[in-house]
Amino acid sequence: MSFPWAKHYEPKQPLMRWMDEKLPLPRLVYNAIGAGYPVPRNLNYFWNFGVLAGLALVVQIVTGVVLAMHYAANAGVAFGSVESIMRDVNAGWFLRYAHANGASMFLAVVYIHIGRGLYYGSYKAPREMVWLLGVVIFLLMMATAFMGYVLPWGQMSFWGAQVITGFFSAIPLVGETIRVWLLGGFAPDNAALNRFFSLHYLLPFVIAGVIILHIWALHIPGSNNPTGVDVKGEQDTVPFHPYYTAKDGVGVGAFFLVFAFFVFFSPNLLGHPDNYIEANPLSTPAHIVPEWYFLPFYAILKSFTADFILPAKLWGVLAMFGSILLLFFLPWLDSSPVRSANYRPTYRWFLAVLLIDVLVLGYVGGAEATARNVMMGQIAAGYYFAHFLIILPLVSAAERPRPLPNSITEAVLAKHGGTSPAQTAMAS
Amino acid sequence: MVRLISLLVGAGFVFVLALALFFTAKDAIQNPAPHTAEHAFHQHPENIHLSSAGFFGKFDREQVQRGFQVYKEVCAACHSLKYVAFRDLQKIGYSEAEVKAIANQWVIEQPSVNPETGEVATRKNLPSDHFPSPFANEVAARAANNNALPPDLSLMTKAREDGSNYVHALLMGYRDQPAELLREFPDAKTPDGLHYNPYFANLNIAMPPPITSDGQVTYTDGTKATKDQMARDVAAFLTWTAEPNLEARHAAGVAAIIFLLIFVYLTWGAYQNVWRNVKH
Repeated sequence: MSFPWAKHYEPKQPLMRWMDEKLPLPRLVYNAIGAGYPVPRNLNYFWNFGVLAGLALVVQIVTGVVLAMHYAANAGVAFGSVESIMRDVNAGWFLRYAHANGASMFLAVVYIHIGRGLYYGSYKAPREMVWLLGVVIFLLMMATAFMGYVLPWGQMSFWGAQVITGFFSAIPLVGETIRVWLLGGFAPDNAALNRFFSLHYLLPFVIAGVIILHIWALHIPGSNNPTGVDVKGEQDTVPFHPYYTAKDGVGVGAFFLVFAFFVFFSPNLLGHPDNYIEANPLSTPAHIVPEWYFLPFYAILKSFTADFILPAKLWGVLAMFGSILLLFFLPWLDSSPVRSANYRPTYRWFLAVLLIDVLVLGYVGGAEATARNVMMGQIAAGYYFAHFLIILPLVSAAERPRPLPNSITEAVLAKHGGTSPAQTAMAS
Repeated sequence: MVRLISLLVGAGFVFVLALALFFTAKDAIQNPAPHTAEHAFHQHPENIHLSSAGFFGKFDREQVQRGFQVYKEVCAACHSLKYVAFRDLQKIGYSEAEVKAIANQWVIEQPSVNPETGEVATRKNLPSDHFPSPFANEVAARAANNNALPPDLSLMTKAREDGSNYVHALLMGYRDQPAELLREFPDAKTPDGLHYNPYFANLNIAMPPPITSDGQVTYTDGTKATKDQMARDVAAFLTWTAEPNLEARHAAGVAAIIFLLIFVYLTWGAYQNVWRNVKH
């Protein structure tokens, strides 16, 4: 499952040889993230974000497991138990702020990771399975983040749960029954809180499992690179360790700097003040908004305001789920043989528009529903679907890509000053 | 085939969105959003620059203690502070004996049971007790307050946008309803029993002005108790009640940032070293 020139694991110590015969776990690690995994030599810093996402998951699991030792999943005491974590548990404020902001960091890192995949065509053959598993991870993360936000049982927790589970009531005929069954009641209450806690504890481990599959699937073709050109020979790659472990170290430090800024100096910046008010089913907040990472999808949901054959609400729910599910079809919607958008002069402009478009959706998702904002959201939502379902298939068929470099090494050497193909052949 | 379906689905969503856009625009032209008094007259609080703000922010213990005195003598008549315990007061500079005395002399007693008969009773507060609520329950609170419920203040400065500044602005914000407001929005007259306050979300708050005159509280540290001073002090106190570990957080944060800067410097050096012979 790797390139022929990949280094082989050769344990020298007797103990490690013994271990390798009985359980070749060190061999597995060596081949996965050690010197046994050859990686293109030209990866830029955007390739740090996969490792950072894995690290963010570890932070969430470690802080989360300790928080669960102090948290009480009961609608009567949940809010108070979070306050006791903040006030009376040793370093409880740190654990909770690290966990709450850690969710934001995790999603932020994953959004950049997905954006990297979109720009450099990492979803294309032969890495379709890597992409599909990635979308599964993203969906699991969204579910986990949503259920985690419900646990403190503040006003936004409660009303967010009310709104999100309300999606199911948009299903014709059986919707309301399904909603009541999922919630274990007519409104979010103790039954819902308990099952959300159970699933919130379970899903991160499912995510960890799918991440293993994601990395396994990645190691069969090997990593993509900024040119999108396949690895041609040994001169195109370096061993993961020490080259990319060193580079990831820098990324990890920068990641924790940003993380620390939020946890220690602005721990509530990304949250909503209303969630420091205990859940009250009799008092609806003026503006119910989800966490920032759901705002673009929330904007898509709210943009469908007109009934057409189906009721507007059902359109909104279908579109919101569709906006993520369409990512599953991306490898087959994009027919261009060129991976990297660096060599796709037309498509890269549409990608830039998509980035702005998603930011506009994010703004609209959190803003007041004035006519101006709703219209902005409708145009932006329209572009979102048009981009993936109409523009991408058409542009990828019509576009004339720029000439690709012959190899990764040639591209690297060209960047470091003019070179001839002869030099390329000799470079190592 | 996939692409054909995708074009159809894409066209479908875009069409429905275009339809929605058309109706939204039509509706916006036919029924423009009404201009409301809340929109025109709501004000955002000005910054009171508490010492706890900023990267190195620490509580001004004397100010927080003065704020506690304002809470005790003014706010505590109606507002609970249920997530804060008397023992916590040691963190703002009261000694163990002082905390014991404060708890013991607190006007409202702790709900309890008579140890002999088992009947409902009250007892003196202990340092380990949380601040008792001034009302037995929500119904009693509403009955005593014209059907309004005085919210718990423990988390108030985190439960409102720009909370610390908001508390100060709200306390100082009571005034007569401006004549322009009534001219422009004749229906928005403050109802009887409510009080006009431009810092409150809907401009009309049920709480009567709590700080009414200079010298309402006699500070033990000799600070002149102007209305503005009392509002500032109680905002500082409620900043502490909402985030009692703020100082530890800031100190740990500064240490963490310094550590991480060194970490990044070292890993950057290691990265340069490892890659020195490989063009990339």
